[in-house]
Amino acid sequence: EERPFRSASGAALALRRRQHSASCRELAVRCPHLQLRSLSAATSAVWLAAYGLFVLTENSVVLSAAIFITLFGLIIYLHFVKIDQESLLVIGSLGIQVTSSYASGKESTTFIEMSQVKDVVINEAIHMQKVIYYLCILLQDPGDPQGVSEVVPLFQSSKPRLDCLIEVYKSCQEILAQRKTAPQSS
Amino acid sequence: MVLKVFFPSCCSSAESGILIGRWISEQNSAVILAVVHFPFIPVQVKQYLSEVQRVSKVSVSVLGSWSNSKQEKEENLTEFLEDLGTIFSHEPWIQISKEGDSKFWSCSTLQKHSNDPKEEEIILIYYDQRKVMLSHLHPPLDTSTSADPKAEDASKLSAIFDTVAKSKILFMTDRYDDGPIKLTHWQSDGVEASIIVELMKQASVPACMLLTFLLSLISGVCRSRVLKFWPLSFLWSKLSTCEQLGHRLQHLQVISSNRKAQNQTQLMRKANIFVSLLIDVALGILLMSWLYRKNRIGHLADTLIPVADHVAEELQDLLQWLMGAPAGLKMNRALDQVLGRFFLYHIHLWISYIHLMSPFIEMILWYVGLSACLGLTVALCILSDIIALLTFHIYCFYVYGARLYCLKIYGLSSLWRLFRGKKWNVLRQRVDSCSYDLDQLFIGTLLFTILLFLLPTTALYYLVFTLLRLLVVIVQGLIHLLVDLIDSLPLYSIILRLCRSYRLA
Repeated sequence: EERPFRSASGAALALRRRQHSASCRELAVRCPHLQLRSLSAATSAVWLAAYGLFVLTENSVVLSAAIFITLFGLIIYLHFVKIDQESLLVIGSLGIQVTSSYASGKESTTFIEMSQVKDVVINEAIHMQKVIYYLCILLQDPGDPQGVSEVVPLFQSSKPRLDCLIEVYKSCQEILAQRKTAPQSS
Repeated sequence: MVLKVFFPSCCSSAESGILIGRWISEQNSAVILAVVHFPFIPVQVKQYLSEVQRVSKVSVSVLGSWSNSKQEKEENLTEFLEDLGTIFSHEPWIQISKEGDSKFWSCSTLQKHSNDPKEEEIILIYYDQRKVMLSHLHPPLDTSTSADPKAEDASKLSAIFDTVAKSKILFMTDRYDDGPIKLTHWQSDGVEASIIVELMKQASVPACMLLTFLLSLISGVCRSRVLKFWPLSFLWSKLSTCEQLGHRLQHLQVISSNRKAQNQTQLMRKANIFVSLLIDVALGILLMSWLYRKNRIGHLADTLIPVADHVAEELQDLLQWLMGAPAGLKMNRALDQVLGRFFLYHIHLWISYIHLMSPFIEMILWYVGLSACLGLTVALCILSDIIALLTFHIYCFYVYGARLYCLKIYGLSSLWRLFRGKKWNVLRQRVDSCSYDLDQLFIGTLLFTILLFLLPTTALYYLVFTLLRLLVVIVQGLIHLLVDLIDSLPLYSIILRLCRSYRLA
C-alpha cells in the first residue's frame, strides 16, 4: 500500500510497504519526478548565456556547443544524479538490501548480511540551520561485540521526514526482533 | 529457525529428479548444486557422491526431491518422492515442485525425527550458478584450524560461495554423458569451454619451459664477469634503459615460473604483469611502425643536429649575457670573464663533438629504434637516455658551478669563524675559540673579503646552471613517471572490474 509523505525540503514523497512473508518486507520511497519547470529553466539559462556569447564573439560554434552541453548534461544528470526510488528489502536471517534506482533505469544495490547488522536506528543531524532525521544501519564491529564499526545512512537523496522514518523503523524492528528470539527456538 | 534453500537458476527447467548439494547446519541452509534425473540406482548415486566428496572436500549429499511435472499432478509421484526420502536419509528432506506453466513453486520439508512438528518458514533463493562459482569472495576461515572465537563471525554467505566454487568437479559430467548418473547444472547444455582457452592452456606449459630456459641463458650472460668491470658497470647503473630491461626480465621470470599461483593475490599479480607486458609490446610495435614509415627516422636524425646547435647557441647567448651586466647586477669583471670563457670553450668542444658524430646519427637512431619492439617502456627509457646524453654539457656546467659555489661557501664559513676568532674543532665536532697569530688573522681577513665580494658572481652562475639542470631533470622525470605508470598499472584488475565485476571481491 502507498502513503504520501513529505521530504525534509518539502517535496512530496510516497512510501510503499509490501510484506512478502512473515520475515520479509520491502519498503520503497519514491522521490518526486524531474520537474518540467526546473528543466526548462536550466535549459533556457544555458541557451541565453550561449546566445549572449554568440552575439559577443560572432562564432556559431558556441551555439552548437551549448546544445551538446545541454544534452550531455541532461543524460549525465539522469544517469548518475537523479534518483527515482530508494528501497529497502529486509529478509530476516539473510540480510538487508538497499537499492537505488536512477531516472535512466540504472539500479545500484548494496547487500548487508544479517550477521553484520547490529541495529537500525533513527539519528539526528544538524545540517545548516535545520535539524534533520535520518535512518541508518549500524554495522557490527567484528572485534568488539558492543562497538559499531560503520554507520550506513539510508534514503539519502529522498530525505523523508520523521513520520515516514518512524513507519520504516517500526517495520524493520519487527523483523530484526525475530532474530533475537529465533536462536532460542530449535 | 528459518530454512534457507539456495537453488540454481539453471535447474528451474530441469526434469524431475533428486537434489544434491551441501547442507550447512550452522546456518540452517541448503545449497543445491545439481539435480540427478531418473532413472538412477541409489547405490551408484551414493558411490558417486562419496567420490565427489573425496576429491573436492565438500560434503555433498542428497538433500531432497524436485518435481517438474508438465501435466497435472500425479498422486503416485508424490508418494514415490516421499519414499525416496527413506532411502537417502537426510534431515530435513526438502521437496520442491513446480507445476506446468505456473509461476509459483511449492517448497516443503519433511521432518521425520523432530519432536515438535511446527511449520517452519522456508526462504528459497535463486542464484546464478556460473557467476557464484566464478566470484572470488574472501575465503571463509577454516574453523577446524583456527581456534579463536572470531571464526564464527566470518561471513556466512562466503560459505555458500565457497561451496559452489569448490564443487567444480561436479560440473564436469552432464546429462548427455553415458554414465550411470545424469545431472543437470549450469553446464548441462554441454560443457562450456572455449577452444582457444584450452589450446592456450595446453600450449602454455612447453612455452613456459622454453621461456625459463631462455631467460636463464640471458641472465647468465648478464651476470658474467666481463660486464662487471668498473667503467662498464658504472655505465650500466647510470643508463635507465638497462634498469628497465632488468626490471622486465624479472617480470618475465615471474610469469614463466612453473609453479601455479598459490593464492588470489599472486594470481592477480601474474595476470597484471602479463597484461602489462602485452600492452607494452603492442604499443612499442605500434610506435615502431609509425616511426619507420615515411622515413621519419631520417627526419628525426636530420633535425637532431640543428636542435643541438640551437641549444648550444642559446647557451652561448646566455653566457654572454651573464658576462655583461645580467639583470642590472654588476659582476666582478675578471672572475666573470674567466668563468664565461671557460664555459664557452666547453660549449665549443661539445659542438665539435656533435658535429663529429653527425654522419652516424641516423644509423644509430635506426638501430636503436628497433629496440622499441621490446616495449614502449624501453623506447621511452632510450629517449630519456638520449636527452641525458645530449644535455651532458648542461650537467657538466651544473657540476662545475656547484663545486665552485660549494668550495666558496666552505671557505667563507671557515674564514668567517677565523674573523670572529673561533675555530672548528674536528675532534669535538663543535666551534671553539682560538687565538690566532697576527699574520694568520691578516691573511685570513684578506681572503675572506675577496671571497665575500666574489660571492654574487659565483652564486649567479650557480643559480642559472642549477635552473637549467632542473629543467632537464623535470623532463626526464616526467618520462620516467610515464614508464613507471605503464609498468605498475594493474590493467588486468581494472578491466576485470569493469567487465566482470563479480569475479573481484
